[in-house]
Amino acid sequence: MGGSDFLGLFNYWIVIVLMMLGLYTVVSRGNLVKKIIGLNIFQTSVFLLYISMGKVAGGTAPILTGDPKEVYSNPLPHVLILTAIVVGVATTALGLALVVRIKNAYDSIEEDEIQAADDEMEFGVEPAAKDGPP
Amino acid sequence: MTIANFIDMAFLVFLGITAFAILKLRALFAVVMLSSVFSLVSAGLLVHLDAVDVAFTEAAVGAGISTVLMLATLALTARREKAPTRTHAVPLIVVFLTGLALVYGTLDMPRFGDPQAPVHTHVAPKYINDTEKEIGMPNIVTAVLASYRGFDTLGEVTVIFTAGIGVLLLLAASIREPDGLRIQTMDHHLVLRVVTKVLIGPILLFALYVQFHGDYGPGGGFQAGVIFAAAFIIYALVFGLENARAAVPGQAVRVLVACGVLLYGGVGVVSFLFGENYLNYSVLGSTQVSGQHLGIILVEFGVGLTVAAVMVSTFYAFAGQNPPIGDEDW
Amino acid sequence: MSQIVIDGVSWALLIAGSILVLVGALGLMRMPDFYTRMHAAGITDTLGADLILLGLMVQAGFTLVTVKLLLIGAFLFFTSPTSTHAIANAAYTAGLRPSISEWDTDEPPEGPERDHGEEDPRP
Repeated sequence: MGGSDFLGLFNYWIVIVLMMLGLYTVVSRGNLVKKIIGLNIFQTSVFLLYISMGKVAGGTAPILTGDPKEVYSNPLPHVLILTAIVVGVATTALGLALVVRIKNAYDSIEEDEIQAADDEMEFGVEPAAKDGPP
Repeated sequence: MTIANFIDMAFLVFLGITAFAILKLRALFAVVMLSSVFSLVSAGLLVHLDAVDVAFTEAAVGAGISTVLMLATLALTARREKAPTRTHAVPLIVVFLTGLALVYGTLDMPRFGDPQAPVHTHVAPKYINDTEKEIGMPNIVTAVLASYRGFDTLGEVTVIFTAGIGVLLLLAASIREPDGLRIQTMDHHLVLRVVTKVLIGPILLFALYVQFHGDYGPGGGFQAGVIFAAAFIIYALVFGLENARAAVPGQAVRVLVACGVLLYGGVGVVSFLFGENYLNYSVLGSTQVSGQHLGIILVEFGVGLTVAAVMVSTFYAFAGQNPPIGDEDW
Repeated sequence: MSQIVIDGVSWALLIAGSILVLVGALGLMRMPDFYTRMHAAGITDTLGADLILLGLMVQAGFTLVTVKLLLIGAFLFFTSPTSTHAIANAAYTAGLRPSISEWDTDEPPEGPERDHGEEDPRP
């Protein structure tokens, strides 16, 4: 791979690193709010990936300026991502409302504590000697 | 390496550092603030990538509404994350392998900024060339959003409507009714009160400007709806939820949530009545261009109405929850 | 000729604004106390951003873009000191007090004799 390949692709690679950071936050952390924030990071980096694909070198924002020789960046990814952003915040709001209800029901938003409370309710498992609620 | 590449790399590295800090920190307030920083910096990167409409929406939505809702959730749940007790070898390996697979996938992708990439040579030139004579507005993104791809936007307004209803269904049962006893305002903060009073008018004006100027510059229904909701949210934050609910009652907001979707769908039905396809705006005016203009203004207004009402009603639902600490403990 | 003057003035303003932003960031990292950090961060938001906007306005000339930049500058001028004040006020209400350096309350350094007849009143 030559140097031009790196320049042409490093945008995508760093965005993939961001995506993986978001994914790792969702998978490995037990706190529900942090999972939702990690999901937001994942979403935003996917948006960056799409918009990077839409950029045309030497182009400008896709708003007609009247200059017939003007080069515009691709407006289609912009349309898709604009709707995706607002849908993303709508689902985040829904997720956060669920977190509030879970807190009301279980008095905790840590995943392992919720799991332990469920196990205790379902199977009557005696909780092992562990610390009290944080 | 050109300056533009360097700027891109600097932005992305900054975003990576912020994401890593979000992963590592356990103080949830700091994590929420950093996610707001993440949204704002990615909005800056989006401007650099020529996506001005998207940057506008990301800044308003990600750094604004999203942060407010997360802070409201934090006020109702926890302040810190529990320390991780088990090792994370398996997630790390899975994430690493996924990243490697994605990087392998990008090797076949068209290079960044390549004008001959397939995505730029099929549908996009048609939109860029035909917008001037078929729709007659400079902002190609709004033209595509509201007219060429109007069905997508109708579905997506319905998604926002559904999410708003979902939040209301989940949280409405525990919304504290105004009883006149609890005062949770910031009355004693003179600076905040004065500056908020000065700012709310311009914010509302700006929201209207963004709404109706979306045809000529970056803007449109989504951004305007979010900015409109931000004005009411700042009023509720500084002057108290009861005052805000007296000014804009929850019932009225819930009606407005439905009215926006109704307006959007209604424009399509009017096209039916003229004998054309659903959401064909060309028949709404005397010429095709004027019909498209009218149709786009109406549907964008519907979108803005629904988005603003959903954001405000979601904020009311979150802010009206019984807080876990009493007012005496403030 | 005047283009060079415009460029020079806007370069100077942009560089000055950027230096102030850097100073603010450096102060944010290095200051010892919360309130001193807020003081440093306030520089970034107000004077740093306003100088950068002035530099951009000089570049834009007498067009609509300048009016929009002026409005942005006005809004920043209102909101960033308010947000600094809000954060500091919230910290004060929560009970955080500025830390007073030790030698103010213990023995002062060697200096001319001062007639402090009574105890130091500070807690």
